[in-house]
Amino acid sequence: MDAAVRELSYAQAIQEAMAIAMDMDERVFLMGEDIGVYGGAFQVTGDLVERYGTDRVIDTPISELGGAGVAVGAAVTGMRPIFEFQFSDFATLGMEQIVNQAAKMRFMLGGEVSVPVVMRFPAGSGTGAAAQHSQSLEAWLGHVPGLKVIQPATPHDAKGMLLAAVADPDPVMIFEHKLLYKMKGHVPEGHYIVPIGKAEIRREGGDLTIVATSIMVQKALEAAAALGGEGIDIEVVDLRTIRPIDRQTIVDSVKKTSRLLCVYEAVKTLGIGAEVSALVAESEAFDYLDAPIVRLGGAETPIPYNPDLEKATVPQVPDIIAAARDLVKGVR
Amino acid sequence: MAGASKAVMDSRANLPFVYRQYSPEQLRQVLHKMYLIRRFEEGAEECYMRGLIHGTMHLSIGQEASAMGICMPLAEDDQITSTHRGHGHCIAKGAEVSRMFAEFFGKTTGYCKGRGGSMHIADVAKGNLGANGIVGGGIPIAVGAALSSKRMKTGKVVVSFFGDGANNEGAFHEALNMAAIWKLPVIFVCENNGYGMSTSTARSTAVKNIAERAAAYSMPGVIVNGNIFSEVAEASFKAVERARAGEGPTLIESKTYRHRGHSKSDRNRYRTKEEIEDWMANRDPVTLFETELRDFGFIDDQGIEAIRNAVAKEIADGIEFAKASPAPEIATLENYVYTEQA
Repeated sequence: MDAAVRELSYAQAIQEAMAIAMDMDERVFLMGEDIGVYGGAFQVTGDLVERYGTDRVIDTPISELGGAGVAVGAAVTGMRPIFEFQFSDFATLGMEQIVNQAAKMRFMLGGEVSVPVVMRFPAGSGTGAAAQHSQSLEAWLGHVPGLKVIQPATPHDAKGMLLAAVADPDPVMIFEHKLLYKMKGHVPEGHYIVPIGKAEIRREGGDLTIVATSIMVQKALEAAAALGGEGIDIEVVDLRTIRPIDRQTIVDSVKKTSRLLCVYEAVKTLGIGAEVSALVAESEAFDYLDAPIVRLGGAETPIPYNPDLEKATVPQVPDIIAAARDLVKGVR
Repeated sequence: MAGASKAVMDSRANLPFVYRQYSPEQLRQVLHKMYLIRRFEEGAEECYMRGLIHGTMHLSIGQEASAMGICMPLAEDDQITSTHRGHGHCIAKGAEVSRMFAEFFGKTTGYCKGRGGSMHIADVAKGNLGANGIVGGGIPIAVGAALSSKRMKTGKVVVSFFGDGANNEGAFHEALNMAAIWKLPVIFVCENNGYGMSTSTARSTAVKNIAERAAAYSMPGVIVNGNIFSEVAEASFKAVERARAGEGPTLIESKTYRHRGHSKSDRNRYRTKEEIEDWMANRDPVTLFETELRDFGFIDDQGIEAIRNAVAKEIADGIEFAKASPAPEIATLENYVYTEQA
C-alpha cells in the first residue's frame, strides 16, 4: 500500500502513537481501566497488552483518583505514563490529582520537578450514553495554569499530538471525541510531531472565520462546503490546543475575514468560545469586525438520553450553516 | 551494627532496637535532629508571631520522634511524600533549616524559591517530593513513585506520611489497594495525633486503630507509640526491609500528639488544657529520647548541652540567612508554571 495515502482510524492512530512512544522510550507505559485484555472501552489500546505485556499496559482498579495520582507520582520520579480515563466525565473523580497536584507541582516546588504525564479523555456526546458519559469538560482543565489541553480533530493530528504530548515535560490532557474514533484519514507511518499550541487553518476563505474544536471542525468543514455553493467563502480554524491557545492564528484570520463564529460542543456559557471571542475583542482584530461575534455551543443542559434531544443539545451542520449564512449576509 | 565489637553488642543486647542497630554517634545525631525540628518550629512560630512570616503554618511540635524514627532506616535516595504538617519530615529527610526558613520568608533561596511556603516545603535532592496542602494528596503520588522504583529497578523505598484525617479520604483507600495488588515498595505512615483539625478519630473513624485498615488491603498493619523513637524506627526498619525484598507495602500507625493547634487559627476548643499539658509533661518525645540516651550512657549532660547550643546557633543562623536573602522579582511571577524549553 502506498505510504502516502495510508489511512487509519483516529483510534488506530492513537494506538500507533502509543506503540511508537513505547518503542522509543522504555519509560513510557500505559495505565487505565480495562485497557489490557479488554482493549479499552473504545478499543484504543486494543491488543497493545499482547505486544507490550502487563508491566507496560497496566489495568488499574476502578480508582480514578488514585490512578491519576499514581500516574502523577510515576511521572515526577522519572517515568512517562499515559493514563486513560475511561470516559472524560470520570475526570471529575480524578480532579484533585489533575488540578491540585499535576498542574501545580512544578510551580509549588519552584521548578525542582516536572510532571511529564499524559492523560487521555474520551469525550463528547452522540453515543446515547446520557448525562454522565457524554460531557465535554475540556474548558474546566483549560482554566488551570500548569496544564496543557489539546483536542486533536483528525487521525493525523491524534497521532502527532499524542507523540508531542509524550515528549512534553509538562502534563498534557488530551480530549478525544468518541465519534471521531472511527473517522479515517491519512496517517503517516513512523514518528512525527504535531506541535502543541498551534492552530491549523483547515480551509481558507475570505468571508467568515469559524474557530472550531474537535468534532466541530468536521462539522464546520461540511457547513463551509455547503455554503461554498452559495458563494460564501469560509475559513475554518481548527484550534487543536485550548491551552496554550494560538492567539495569533485566530487574530490573523479574523483580520482577513472580518467575521467570527466559534463552534464547540461543550456548554456554551463560560466555554472556549467565550475565550476566543474575548481575545479577538481585546485584539487589533476588533477594529476589523464587520459583525458581532457569534458563539454556537452546547445547550445549557446535561446531555439527554433520547437521540433527538441529544442531537439538539449540540451544534449540528445545519445550525452552523444557518449561523454562518446569517453572519455573512448581515442578518445578525 | 557496623563496627561494634561483640562485647559492645552484648552490652546492648537487652536495650531497645535502635541501641542495638545504630552507633552512639548516629543516636546522638538523632537527638540533635529532634532538637533541630523542635527549635525550627519554635523559631518559625516566633517569626510568624512577629510578622516575619505570613500565611499560616501547621506545627508538628510533639511529633518529632515519629518523623525521625520513620526516616532513620531510609537511604538518602529513598523518597517521601509529606503533609501540611511536614516540617519535621523535611528535616528528618536531610533538609537544611536555612533554606527552609528562607522558603517560609518567601525568598528565592528557599527550597521552592518562595513559591510554596510551609505547606509545600520540599527537598527533592534529598528525596522529599513535597509537603501537600491536600489531605491525602501525597498518598497516590507515593504509590506512583514506588511504581517507578519497581519499573526502573532502582531499589528505592517510598514513604508516604499522612495524618489520621487522611485515612477517611478516598485517595488513602485507592492508593493502599493499588500498592498491595502490585506489591510496591511503599510504606504508609499514618501519624495519628488524635485529631483531624478539630474532629477526634473517635468521632471520625469507624475503626479503633487506623492500622486495622491494613487488613482490608492484605498488608501488615503495625501500631507504634509515635513518641518513642526506638519503637517507630524499629517498625520502619522492618517495613523498609519488607519493601526492599519485594514483599510489598506496610501500614504503620504512629500514635502521637501535636502540642500546638491545627494551624495558627486554632483556639483549641475541642481538647482540654489538661490533656495538652499531660502530653507535654509526660510524653514529650524529645525528653523521652534524651532521658533514655542519658540513662543508657550514650550521652552525658555536657553532650546534651553541646547539642542544644549547636542547634540554637543553627536556628539563629538560618533565620539570619532567610532575612538576608533576596525576594523574588515580580517579573518572575509566571516562572515554573511550565518547563522552560530551550
